[in-house]
Amino acid sequence: MIKGRVHSLESFGSVDGPGIRYLIFLQGCPMRCRYCHNADTWDFKKGDEYTADELLDKAERYRSYWGDRGGITVSGGEPLMQIDFLVELFTKAKQRGINTCIDTSGQPFSKKEPFFSKFEQLCKLTDLFLVDIKHIDPDEHKKLTGHGNKNILELLEYLSQIEKPVWIRHVLVPGITDNDEYLTRTRSFIDTLKNVERVEVLPYHSMGEYKWQELGLEYTLKGTAPPDSDRIANAKAILKCS
Amino acid sequence: MLACISDEIRNKAWRGFVGRKWQEDINVREFIQSNYTMYDGDESFLEAPTDATNKLWGRLQELQKEERAKGGVLECETEIVSSLTSYGPGYIDESMKDLEQVVGLQTDKPLKRAFMPYGGIKMAEQAASTYGYQINPELHKIFTDYHKTHNQAVFDAYTPEMKKARHNHIITGLPDTYGRGRIVGDYRRVALYGLDYLIKMKEKDLFYCGGRNMSVEHIRLREEIAEQIRALKGMKQMAEIYGYDISEPAKNAKEAVQWLYFGYLAAIKTQNGAAMSVGRISTFLDIYINRDLEEGTLTEKEAQELIDHLVLKFRMVKFARIPSYNELFSGDPVWVTLEMAGIGMDGRHMVTKNDFRFLHTLENMGPSPEPNLTVLWSSRLPETFKKYAAHISVTTSSIQYENDCVMRPVWGDDYSICCCVSATQTGKEIQFFGARANLAKCLIYALNGGVDLNTGEQVGPEIAPVSGEYLDYDEVMHKFNAMMSWLVELYVNILNLIHYMHDKYYYEAAEMALIDTYTRRTFATGIAGFSHVVDSLSAIKYAKVKPIRDEKGLIVDYEIEGDFPRYGNDDERADEIAIWLLKAFMKKVREHHTYRDSEPTTSILTITSNVVYGKATGATPDGRKAKAPFAPGANPAYGAEKNGLLASLNSVAKLPYEYALDGISNTQTISPDALGHNDAERVDNLWHILDGYFDKGAHHLNVNVFGVEKLKDCMEHPEKPEYANFTIRVSGYAVKFIDLTREQQLDVIARTEHKTL
Repeated sequence: MIKGRVHSLESFGSVDGPGIRYLIFLQGCPMRCRYCHNADTWDFKKGDEYTADELLDKAERYRSYWGDRGGITVSGGEPLMQIDFLVELFTKAKQRGINTCIDTSGQPFSKKEPFFSKFEQLCKLTDLFLVDIKHIDPDEHKKLTGHGNKNILELLEYLSQIEKPVWIRHVLVPGITDNDEYLTRTRSFIDTLKNVERVEVLPYHSMGEYKWQELGLEYTLKGTAPPDSDRIANAKAILKCS
Repeated sequence: MLACISDEIRNKAWRGFVGRKWQEDINVREFIQSNYTMYDGDESFLEAPTDATNKLWGRLQELQKEERAKGGVLECETEIVSSLTSYGPGYIDESMKDLEQVVGLQTDKPLKRAFMPYGGIKMAEQAASTYGYQINPELHKIFTDYHKTHNQAVFDAYTPEMKKARHNHIITGLPDTYGRGRIVGDYRRVALYGLDYLIKMKEKDLFYCGGRNMSVEHIRLREEIAEQIRALKGMKQMAEIYGYDISEPAKNAKEAVQWLYFGYLAAIKTQNGAAMSVGRISTFLDIYINRDLEEGTLTEKEAQELIDHLVLKFRMVKFARIPSYNELFSGDPVWVTLEMAGIGMDGRHMVTKNDFRFLHTLENMGPSPEPNLTVLWSSRLPETFKKYAAHISVTTSSIQYENDCVMRPVWGDDYSICCCVSATQTGKEIQFFGARANLAKCLIYALNGGVDLNTGEQVGPEIAPVSGEYLDYDEVMHKFNAMMSWLVELYVNILNLIHYMHDKYYYEAAEMALIDTYTRRTFATGIAGFSHVVDSLSAIKYAKVKPIRDEKGLIVDYEIEGDFPRYGNDDERADEIAIWLLKAFMKKVREHHTYRDSEPTTSILTITSNVVYGKATGATPDGRKAKAPFAPGANPAYGAEKNGLLASLNSVAKLPYEYALDGISNTQTISPDALGHNDAERVDNLWHILDGYFDKGAHHLNVNVFGVEKLKDCMEHPEKPEYANFTIRVSGYAVKFIDLTREQQLDVIARTEHKTL
């Protein structure tokens, strides 16, 4: 029996997938996004251990609120870093008839083994993917997150190929992603995909900044203000958010 | 006995109505079940307000502004004692009186507060003088020397122990200075049967009452029936003052609404109860409206106008109150509680178009705390209605929800809600309102041997105070149980006394006239400080609590070492203490004799009195500071909820309604962003939350959807027009935020607001 490392749990998630969802934030992330609001999820060694059944038992205490569309969403941290645990969790979730959703940066995605077979299996057990496009430009992406975006875009292409429902999320940061050219390029990429049900713009906020200070890390976006409503509307228009 | 309803009247007034039992006896429930039309559609049929509605509502808003500018009271009566016939006709505006589809004011002028001395002459005088009005000294003489009032009688009979308990705020908010309310007359009977039939039926009851056995109870009942008959005749005269003859049943929708309202008006002219609810009238009125719509004598726009004008009248109900009352129950509440939806005993839902019309008044005339619109929820209600109700919550935060599926097995499908959360079978029972006992203070008494921290008085029995460096769970439970037993006995005795006197000196003849002569009664006790007692006991059990004593040796504060589970986190360890507390209290209440064979019940409900009780109570072992407000009703304590909204709802849902038949009140404030990205999502998520919560057996939910920023802005800028009617739901009812005291406003802001980051 595999155990998962969990950062935190939330009983009422209303903006992390369809309907009302139980949120499982897994511990550990390889990305180092400059705007991360959950920097305390990065360290793989922290967090609490749970078995899949323990988590699902907890989640099902809120099942009566989910209706037809709600269920569980696994986020983090980066859930794909614990892919073995995820497969077990979702296998059992499906046995219990629970709707499943993954909120991922896509960074661990690879077409190589052993990852890819596990990912194929995971896809069969996942109803919806929420995927971030952090930056469409590979160099800017590296500056923003510490990693390139080639495999992330490949992930999206793969999900399109197998026609798996996807919601795309894009964090709008003044001076970094809030740029009409980049936004247009991002939309052009999305246009090549068949399976995107929704595109969401997440305006940058600094409410997670204190966590960086607590961890003794330097917050390099100090002083960046959240985008104003005009810019948010502009981004939504270019990205064709419904 | 239907001789007074001739065939002629029957064919006219009851044309098209089916059913047999309601035509042979007073049986409004059967009338409804036989004749209502379910509605499964959506809100698209609803109509905008008419010109008349806009003009009248506009005028009323001007008057409300004037009232606020004058310090909260527009005018007080000083010369006339309020009765059914003490005033000539009054209108919102003399020049617009023909616009009113529904007529009738409590006094001769809109928002003018009547002089109602029977509850207590001192209070009636103080209520007026607080705002600069002097009651005629002749009236003072009459109600002091010639006619005793309820308040005087109660204090004549109170024991020193009772007075001490009141004075020390371990039992507070008692209806010994104001009308007890909590009686919902079946106002629908006036419309369905007309007054002549109702008088005849009461005369028949009087004839057969007592017979050869003149026991005290029979003598009293005979006198009460005689008073009821007198009130019914007075009601007829009252209607005649407005140009209406209500002897016969209503013949159409406009008459049905007007006749029903006259029944209610009679109640609010003669009684100033804290809660003057109007009841389950929506489905009933829809039957008449539907008939007119089908006959082509009424349009949908006119139907909405009738409901809008009826609601306008409910928004105008006022009573003269003393300052201490306003602290307990802020914002001029009247609890004109009015229900919609529910499911019938035969399984059909009871949603009609009129349920939509009542909710729509919040769109036609903006949000308002009164009438206290209450949706009787079941997950089996049609989705179209659930969505519309949730939409109204998201846009106005003015409605509350109660679980029909836990109430129906107990009360049936024709119950009304008295006040906030208390169910009563319409026309068949009444409640003896008992405010609430301060259980948090009771716990502190248990630790301090019955001595009150504020006054130093020995109020409770001299049980040995706790000793030792840390509080010991077994010792505390033992002493708390003993202190609670003492408190419950005293509390029940006080209520027995109050209600005896109220029956004697301030009998509700007009309301009782519209209720079955042989009525059932419930005895409604209540609990204040619930979550703090639960968390305190949990702290003592699971952590280490060190009492801090003052120089007299009394425990005044606590040091908590370690953590402990709190109620509101779906944690069984804390929640089972909550369940125990409710059951223990209720079982103790049941041990005692209750006045007039009433059935004891309890509620976990505080209204805004959570602030007042908190102020009078010292620090509690859960970490709550001295004088800090209690969490309201059955809400978890401030700051206790660490696992999100649904975990909190799960905790409250575990409390068994069977032990709290007077209601379990829960208020939640949700930031719009936390509920969803747009209104459509928010509506969808909200009704799913309601489904989940009520399917788990919870009883009640007040829902507010807005952020802390809006509250803070409203507190700093109450003059902004958008806040004039900015309504929020406080434990048990809705109130205009600007009508709360600053302290209460801060309290609302401090309440947990569930956010997801």
